Amino acid sequence: MIDQALLAQHNITEDEYRLIVELIGKEPNLTELGIFSVMWSEHCGYKSSRVHLKKLPTEGKRVVQGPGENAGILDIGDGQVVVFKIESHNHPSYIEPYQGAATGVGGILRDIFTMGARPIAVLDSLRFGPPDDPKNRSVMEGVVSGIAGYGNSIGVPTVGGEIYFDPCYNLNPLVNVFCLGLADKDKIFYAKAEGVGNKVLYVGAKTGRDGIHGATMASAEFGKETEHKRPNVQVGDPFKEKLLLEACLEVMDRALIVGIQDMGAAGLTCSTTEMAAKSGMGIVVDLDKVPQREIGMTPYEILLSESQERMLLVATPENVAAVQAVFAKWDLDAPVIGEVVEGGRARISFKGEVVVDIPVDAVVNLCPAYNRPSVTPAPPPPAPALEDLPHPADPGEVLLKLLASPTIADKEWVFRQYDHMVQVNTMFLPGADAAVLRIKGSRKALAMTLDGNALYTRLDPRTGARIAVAEACRNLACVGARPIGVTNCLNFGNPEKPEVMGQFEQAVAGLSEACRTFGIPVTGGNVSFYNDTEGLSIHPTPVLGIVGIIEDVRKAVRPGFRAAGDAVVLVGESLGEIGGTEYLKTIHGLEAGAPPAIDLEQEKRNQEFVLDAIEAGLVRSAHDLSEGGLAVALAECAFHSGRMTGCEIELAGGLRDDGLLFGESQSRLLVTCRRADLARLLEMAAARGVPAGVIGRAGGTDIAVRRAGRDILRVPVERAFRAWKDSLPGYFRVKA
Amino acid sequence: MKFGVVQFPGSNCDFDTYHALRRVMKRPTVMLWHKDHDLQGVDCVVLPGGFSYGDYLRSGAIARFSPLMQQVKAFARGGGRVLGICNGFQILLELGLLPGAMIRNKNLKFLCQHVHVRVEDARTDFTRAAKKGQVLRIPIAHFDGNYYAPARTLAEIERNGQVVFRYCDADGRITAEANVNGSLGNIAGIRNKEGNVLGLMPHPERASEALLGSEDGRTIFESLLLSLERRKTAPRPAARKKARHD
Repeated sequence: MIDQALLAQHNITEDEYRLIVELIGKEPNLTELGIFSVMWSEHCGYKSSRVHLKKLPTEGKRVVQGPGENAGILDIGDGQVVVFKIESHNHPSYIEPYQGAATGVGGILRDIFTMGARPIAVLDSLRFGPPDDPKNRSVMEGVVSGIAGYGNSIGVPTVGGEIYFDPCYNLNPLVNVFCLGLADKDKIFYAKAEGVGNKVLYVGAKTGRDGIHGATMASAEFGKETEHKRPNVQVGDPFKEKLLLEACLEVMDRALIVGIQDMGAAGLTCSTTEMAAKSGMGIVVDLDKVPQREIGMTPYEILLSESQERMLLVATPENVAAVQAVFAKWDLDAPVIGEVVEGGRARISFKGEVVVDIPVDAVVNLCPAYNRPSVTPAPPPPAPALEDLPHPADPGEVLLKLLASPTIADKEWVFRQYDHMVQVNTMFLPGADAAVLRIKGSRKALAMTLDGNALYTRLDPRTGARIAVAEACRNLACVGARPIGVTNCLNFGNPEKPEVMGQFEQAVAGLSEACRTFGIPVTGGNVSFYNDTEGLSIHPTPVLGIVGIIEDVRKAVRPGFRAAGDAVVLVGESLGEIGGTEYLKTIHGLEAGAPPAIDLEQEKRNQEFVLDAIEAGLVRSAHDLSEGGLAVALAECAFHSGRMTGCEIELAGGLRDDGLLFGESQSRLLVTCRRADLARLLEMAAARGVPAGVIGRAGGTDIAVRRAGRDILRVPVERAFRAWKDSLPGYFRVKA
Repeated sequence: MKFGVVQFPGSNCDFDTYHALRRVMKRPTVMLWHKDHDLQGVDCVVLPGGFSYGDYLRSGAIARFSPLMQQVKAFARGGGRVLGICNGFQILLELGLLPGAMIRNKNLKFLCQHVHVRVEDARTDFTRAAKKGQVLRIPIAHFDGNYYAPARTLAEIERNGQVVFRYCDADGRITAEANVNGSLGNIAGIRNKEGNVLGLMPHPERASEALLGSEDGRTIFESLLLSLERRKTAPRPAARKKARHD
């Protein structure tokens, strides 16, 4: 009964089918085939990426849990741990932006609280096509409201993130959601189904027909017809998730359960087989006991449904009643649907008949891994030499255009739709270099940031990936936080294309090198392949989520000039590199050239210098240089001053003005300090081999840059502020 | 003085409010479960922010049927102090303890940001630590905060002086621009005629520690302490260090 058409529908190759038959010792029935289809999908099985991901560093003294569980765990001292991860929800968010993004938030929250941690922060990294296209605006509006609708309701603050715009995301937006939770180290839970005779409980929402084959959908290219895939997108219910969150944390806090696993991609199938496989046990499940939202569901549908807000728990028979009482308090179902048994098989029955009988190991652990053919990405088209570009008549106008370009422009239109303050830990509003949250009852604070410039990675995947790590760490350094761990979301095109696989290999190599230099372990993450629609791949887009720690919350530093008269110091060297810059793209219409070079060792020295200077109390404000270079960074420092404090800068050197103002050389940071501390700060830099020099002072009402006594740029802060502030809302203003 | 914070299943500012009262203000505070029937002898009931029952229907529309709300109503009618913050304010409107209703913000988006509100009446139990006309900087976070009442009701609450807070600019001017959610009369908070029940959209519990950017919200809690503990020595907010605005 299983023919080629059916295999194609399930995205299973003939070779894979032969392997399945061999592993389970029989021809699978349709339900069993469905199970393999999701569990061996790219999304769940990581079959194209696994061999490469092994190259990432995963060890470190703080690591409690590395890759392989729902989320990574790091020790932050005082008996506490942070549990964090990033996940993509790209495909569903294009088909149905609101629900796609909302369930992306719901899914990552479950990954965190299923381990016993209370989620305390969400950040998201979003990529859309340019907002002048109404379709892109509608996708963006839907995604932002979806994130807001879910996160605000459940009461986890969305504290930061990043948004980039590029035409390569027109038909394939990216929605990557990061979540971090806090737990006591002795109260961490895992997806274990231990102890023969222990009961399997189903908790949370009822199972419906929504989201069947969501994971399989996320593992294929899209064509023109995506509308019919809308039923593959799940519908979120944040209120239900809030109840589930509180009830699960309560049973875990009271140690009433043995193990717990959320039903995310591949639903009941994934949670039952994974829990059994991790403990080397078998599991029996009676599908008739599964709470169902609609009648007439087949075992195939029940097992593959991706209905949201559901969890699977394992508890000893003695504790079942106590667990059920907690769930009843929160008005949730918690029926026993099965039992842990010996033998390593999943045996699932429906109306008295066994409908699935397969070894769990085959499903969970024996998914084939492919070392797919790859070609080294071609070098980028060379950028024209600076001398060959027309020199802008007025760099001030260039600055205003850059500030208004959607990628650089102010994102308040987005983040004020997110509750970023609930839980009363948020110290810095979104828009700072990194999100900073105090930890109640301690002197510490956590900082986190998401980063990834896909234009750099498109032009040179390896360098781009190194820069992504370096820049994320630089963002943390600006607030005074030392990086402790990484999670990554690797968004790429179709891995069956050798050029895409080549980009992937290079990017992973770059990530690995940078993480090793900074000494930060990768504790997990997510790979999203097949970001192709109508044959076009997105730019390779690795997004890094890096967590940092500030030992003394009082020393956290904000961006923005603090006081007129403070010295402005530029750390790092300006080489006038314009390849891959926002300047080249926005002003000259070119996506070309090699991205800026990066020396990881120098980068680390520069960051450590700034961190130590912050700890020594020498730094009043700090901000990193990224898209738009020095001029944009100066403007942002003025905006963040809160008083429209400008600056008077005097530059030297032989570079052309535009290269100096808008080049994106790496490893650079702007810091301000009191005049009285300047000598000490510069001495400290010199002693460590860190290039640093005073370039001017904060003050006045203009952003002013001079060379040899002549103004090369002078823009009133107020005017620059309006260009930056009004840009994004302008696209969404309702026309009367 | 003992505070009670009501927990509905979808409350999400319950622990924040508890934190502000118990850890910051250092007052005895208990959590009150919405299914219970007992107010545990508290002196002030606080209905916190959140999405009490998911609020897929009108915000607060289901919460008013919670068992504990019968006790809260009786407590309020007997003169007990009840403070409703954000969703708590919406619930007080649904309960009929305060007049009017909330509709969607005028821009049809959720809004989370710092706003300024002007204290219109500094004689209430919730504002006596403030001065009339004082401007407080406190965050809002809501989708349905656009205060509405029929013309006659509005005229009545204005006449009775029941408007306690209005959205204003940093200098205390009542402007259209400062009225972020579109509320009638820039209304951010009102009291009942008797003065023992107050609802407001801004979140004072989010503005109670300098570390988080503003301490102006403490004024409301300090006022309650002044009213109920009859202490004359509580620090006046004007004398406290100005909150950091940078």
